[in-house]
Amino acid sequence: MSFHPLMAYGTDAWHRSDRVLLPAGEPFAYTPDRAAKLEDICSKYPPERRKSAVLAALYLVQEQQGYITASAARHVAEFLRITPAEVEDVCSYYVMFFKAPVGTYVLQVCRTLSCALAGAERVTESLSEKLGLKVGETDASGMFTLLEFECLGACDRAPVVMVNNEHWHEKATPESCAQLVDDLRTRGAAALTGCHLHVEK
Amino acid sequence: MDPILTKYIREPNSFTLDFYTKHEGYQGLKKALGMQPNDVIETVKASGLRGRGGAGFPTGMKWQFVDKKAEPRYIACNADESEPGTFKDHVLMERNPHLLFEGCLIGCWAIGAKTAYIYIRGEFYHVQKVMEAELAKAYAQGYAGKNILGTGFDCDIVIHRGAGAYEAGEETALIESLEGKRAQPRIKPPFPAVAGLYQKPTAVNNVETLCNLPAIIINGAEWFAKLGPEKNGGPKLYCVSGHVKRPGVYEASMNTTLKELIFDRAGGIRDGHQLKAVIPGGSSVPILLPDQLDIPASFDSVQKAGSMLGSAGIIVMDETTCMVWTAMNLMHFYKHESCGKCTPCREGGDWLFKILSKIERGEGEMRDLDLLTSVSNNIAGKTLCAFGDAEATPPLTTLKHFRGEYEAHIREGRCTVPADWRARGVMAAAH
Repeated sequence: MSFHPLMAYGTDAWHRSDRVLLPAGEPFAYTPDRAAKLEDICSKYPPERRKSAVLAALYLVQEQQGYITASAARHVAEFLRITPAEVEDVCSYYVMFFKAPVGTYVLQVCRTLSCALAGAERVTESLSEKLGLKVGETDASGMFTLLEFECLGACDRAPVVMVNNEHWHEKATPESCAQLVDDLRTRGAAALTGCHLHVEK
Repeated sequence: MDPILTKYIREPNSFTLDFYTKHEGYQGLKKALGMQPNDVIETVKASGLRGRGGAGFPTGMKWQFVDKKAEPRYIACNADESEPGTFKDHVLMERNPHLLFEGCLIGCWAIGAKTAYIYIRGEFYHVQKVMEAELAKAYAQGYAGKNILGTGFDCDIVIHRGAGAYEAGEETALIESLEGKRAQPRIKPPFPAVAGLYQKPTAVNNVETLCNLPAIIINGAEWFAKLGPEKNGGPKLYCVSGHVKRPGVYEASMNTTLKELIFDRAGGIRDGHQLKAVIPGGSSVPILLPDQLDIPASFDSVQKAGSMLGSAGIIVMDETTCMVWTAMNLMHFYKHESCGKCTPCREGGDWLFKILSKIERGEGEMRDLDLLTSVSNNIAGKTLCAFGDAEATPPLTTLKHFRGEYEAHIREGRCTVPADWRARGVMAAAH
């Protein structure tokens, strides 16, 4: 049954479902320093509201092993004294959690209007060609993943490429992105200096 | 108008506590703590300060609605700046985080809260790191935490990192996310002022709103109100992006016209091109045409012109911009960001994107235009939060002003507005 008479709800063409289950993964436990850090974050919320720290907990999982697995979700649930279903519910909703292995450097090109007006499509296209990847893929060496991202909130410095949920490279062009990829290959994380704090000084 | 909020942002160390305290920093808090909380609320009410997040609701009134009998109470600062075209809070937080902390503390004092949660979007992690370091300094020097400035007032500030969800900018969805759930809106009433975070009274305020508080307390309500037109007082940050020469954040009074902002402050349209359309308040608001821009960029004037000031994210498009493509681009955003709670928004957004893509590819039929209108009208006003109205806006507003462009796409079987900044090969195939 569709809420609109001309739309055939439930057919392949018109029904959307992006449901993806978490991969099972190896047994997971936080390293002692991350467990201590998470305990500290939990203390910022009322004692019976440890669930508030679930996003922080998932970021720590991602920091430790790169992506979220079902066994990690169970560990988070135990830590926060909630159910694994509650953790998976949150994990599947937020786009900054990876539900499958990703490359060492995840290149996320903002694709929303202001970035697109400034040539984001060309940036994505050039990265796609340079890396030999389609959007959403990781290269064979496991070094790069190419993704598109919705508005990053830096429209005055469009187009923006965010690397690993953290490092912004602004006013990106096909040329500057090719250079960034080369630099990451040769110099690793030291190449991530594009944040506009450095640009403006 | 001389800048107030962004006065020091170009100074190299403007973000440090040391710099801030040397430039009137925390004086507003000092003064506020010497006032009765209710007098602080009255002052903010008299100033006419309106929320800078998008709805423009009077801040003082919001605080007055906060149930003062229930304990504890909270301030939730909305730093989930995600409206496409908006990037003002980012600048404030990165260049002047103590201004926000001071605003949070004044707000907490006014409504009797002991904790302010700053919900910052996950993508602003580089900003968060600056803020956390500065917050630690504020704690160490007695500007936050226990016994603030020796007055006996205790108040904590907690920075909470989101994880990529536009919907978390909706106030009840933000609260849900703070509680560790999916960022999905609640049914209202009850409003957050009565049952917000952890079902306790909560005031949800935008970053820029809170940043206005120190100046209001120091200079008084009348000073603030007189900075702009009636009921639109105070300084306002405008974010200009798109096809202008100098995109950026510009502070101005709301007497300033949209035309001045685009042509004077932002330098006008890039050379050799003409203005085609302007989205004045973030992607969720209707388009204004070039001849509609000679109006003050205030909440009321922009509304009178048939759009909304929203988050003051002004997106400027020149004649190389295809309006079908624009609607399609924004619809990709909305279908991606829909939280999925209400069926019309969740399913309808996807449908609209598919119809728009079909037209943009040149495979559209004339009856698709009626379908677009019909589906849009079945989303707007039929969802729990304002997302539904926002989602229906791009197709409706582009159809209203540029129907001919849609018809040309369908007639000629191709996109009729070629642009050098688009990548037609790979990207077209990907959708």
